[in-house]
Amino acid sequence: MSLEVLVFILFNGLLYGMFLFMLSSGLTLIFGMMGILNFAHASFFMIGAYLGYQISIYSNFWLALIFSPIIVGLMGGMIEKYGLRNIHKYGHIAELLFTFGLFYIIEELVQLIWGKSPVPYKVPEFLNFPLLEISGMSYPAYSMFRLVLSLLIFLAIYRILAKTKTGLIIKASLTNPNMVAALGHNVPRVFSQVFGFGCALAGLAGVLAGNVIGTEPAMALLLGPIVFVVVVTGGLGSIKGALVASIIIGMMQTTAVSLEFNLNNLINYFGFTVDVSSLLNHFTNLTISQLSPIVPYILLIIVLIARPRGLFGKRDV
Amino acid sequence: MSKIFKLKFIPFLILILFLLFLPFIFTSSFVLTLLCKMGVLIIFSVAYNMLLGQTGLLSFGHAIYFGLAGYASIHFLGAINNNYIPSLPLIFLPFIGAIVGLFLGIIIGYLSTKRLGTAFAMISLGFCELVTALTLIFVVFFNGEDGIQADRVTGNELLGLTYGPQSEVYYLILFWCIITVLVMYLLTKTPFGRMCNAVRDNQQRAEFVGYNVRKIRWLAFSLSATFAGAAGSLHAINYEHIGFESVSLVQSGMVLFMAYIGGIGNFLGPILGAISLTYLDTMLSDITEAWVLYYGIIFVLVIAFAPQGLSGIIIMHEPIIRNNPSLMQKLLIPYSLLLGSILLTTIGFTSIIELLHSLNSGHQTLKVYWIKINNNNILIWSAFFLISISGIFLIRKSYVFVKEKWTEVIEEIKLSLVK
Repeated sequence: MSLEVLVFILFNGLLYGMFLFMLSSGLTLIFGMMGILNFAHASFFMIGAYLGYQISIYSNFWLALIFSPIIVGLMGGMIEKYGLRNIHKYGHIAELLFTFGLFYIIEELVQLIWGKSPVPYKVPEFLNFPLLEISGMSYPAYSMFRLVLSLLIFLAIYRILAKTKTGLIIKASLTNPNMVAALGHNVPRVFSQVFGFGCALAGLAGVLAGNVIGTEPAMALLLGPIVFVVVVTGGLGSIKGALVASIIIGMMQTTAVSLEFNLNNLINYFGFTVDVSSLLNHFTNLTISQLSPIVPYILLIIVLIARPRGLFGKRDV
Repeated sequence: MSKIFKLKFIPFLILILFLLFLPFIFTSSFVLTLLCKMGVLIIFSVAYNMLLGQTGLLSFGHAIYFGLAGYASIHFLGAINNNYIPSLPLIFLPFIGAIVGLFLGIIIGYLSTKRLGTAFAMISLGFCELVTALTLIFVVFFNGEDGIQADRVTGNELLGLTYGPQSEVYYLILFWCIITVLVMYLLTKTPFGRMCNAVRDNQQRAEFVGYNVRKIRWLAFSLSATFAGAAGSLHAINYEHIGFESVSLVQSGMVLFMAYIGGIGNFLGPILGAISLTYLDTMLSDITEAWVLYYGIIFVLVIAFAPQGLSGIIIMHEPIIRNNPSLMQKLLIPYSLLLGSILLTTIGFTSIIELLHSLNSGHQTLKVYWIKINNNNILIWSAFFLISISGIFLIRKSYVFVKEKWTEVIEEIKLSLVK
């Protein structure tokens, strides 16, 4: 593998990782703070993408970038306030089931409004040009734009959590919500705000990524489980953990896809061969790129069984 | 013969007799197919509830055992079709599924019962996605998106059955449905079943009494997977085909919906849920394309307003009927008011959804509740909006009324018991 290809793969891994981070940073706050595993988180991402498409048709991309996350955030806040809060008394499992139902409803509603086929959400014209070209590999300006924006968002969240009073209350509510409530803070309202903010971040990820990965009703189902993997691997409520886990998973996914290596190569290396017509060959000729879809789920299972607090989490899932 | 035995056993016998004669009443193949589907899903949802309702473990991956047992059964049937192995009477095929389910349940259960609650749910989700991804990767066993098929007519059958006609398959499924549901019911009465409930309700106390709670969860998990495997086998026999969607999250979600809407707190709940949702599924998928949306909405409403499910609502009335059935008359008017307003809201709301749906389909007219309407008439839209909003208003009003009458009735019963 030449150096140029390696750089290209690493760049794409970083890009995908930062996209995963934006998608899951909201969930890690929600999950860590309220204990709610929001199954519908990727659905908010999908709504963000569709709204981004719709707004950018009527006006332009910049307005979509601003208003789509705001609308998604408001929706999330409303759902927390009028839906989840009433279910809180039945426990976390009921909340989880509620968001699972919500996931179905949102997917169907999106199909109802925008149809079953993908919508033509395009990369904005003024960003649709190759910014850099390193020995034949071109790096589009839009990817750079997404990368910079997601880095800025990471810094912003990190700063808010570390330096402001709101961040202090959120962090305190992560570890000890009862104590925060006893000190006179309106914890349910903080919950609603964090939920809305997390959904808005997912919506922003939707606006930025919907035009690259394709805006279709199945996108929530495709990305939903990966988001869980990031959140669990990074550790509950840890923004830093979410960033590291996102980049690790992003790199793993993009590298695995480009590896055309299989067990047959290894067996041949040791001087044996597998009969092409044998049953065994069906398993040994699977390349790593073919197996790449299962990598995140194996990671999820291993982390949950072996280390449920993830990389930087302070308590178990 | 004791009185309780008589009370429980005779209705059960009548029910079985009724089910035996059902194919003579409904001869159409449509109804028979529906009944077969119901039978399979009853086993599956009762098995699922062994885990969710009895042991308190929420699994998003129960379709793995259902689906993989189905794959194994189809492969087994295929091997019989091709004369690779000696023929086995079809009635024993669910044992193959059950063994596959048990095997998988022991392995996956060992790994996942280390955790409980949300972590357990996520592990099961991880396994579900893992297996779904594998079905598309290992083409030699799963044949990708097409799935695999086999012929259930193998020749060597007991009692002269061929399992060609659907009615014979109905009896096969009925036989297994009764056996498995009965076994699962009896399991809830054993000390093991009680310990499952103890683990669900108070793990610490169960541990303190001296039980290994993890072993109990593991055992419950494996048994639940075993019965799910038997159901998967019957599913495969019924359709003679199995595809990757039967191991996917969609199938797992479906069984979760059935158990939860039926009511997980009661043994009969999942049966009720499986029957009603399969019926709705078949009926609605003919009429409307948005039926999954209705599913989701019903599910969310049940979680928010009736977490004990359909069976829970029915069982709520048991003390009234046992002590003073005449009091039910008092509830009649408030109930009919509530049902009426729910019906009104449903009509308004579903019409709006269907109108929205028709906008995408390209047709201008659509049929809603046997009436043909135009989707470009603003008056119709606003009329349905008005109906839904007034329906919601009426629901709120009549709900308060129902609650008032309900407390009145319960108070009366309490008083009569004191006397």
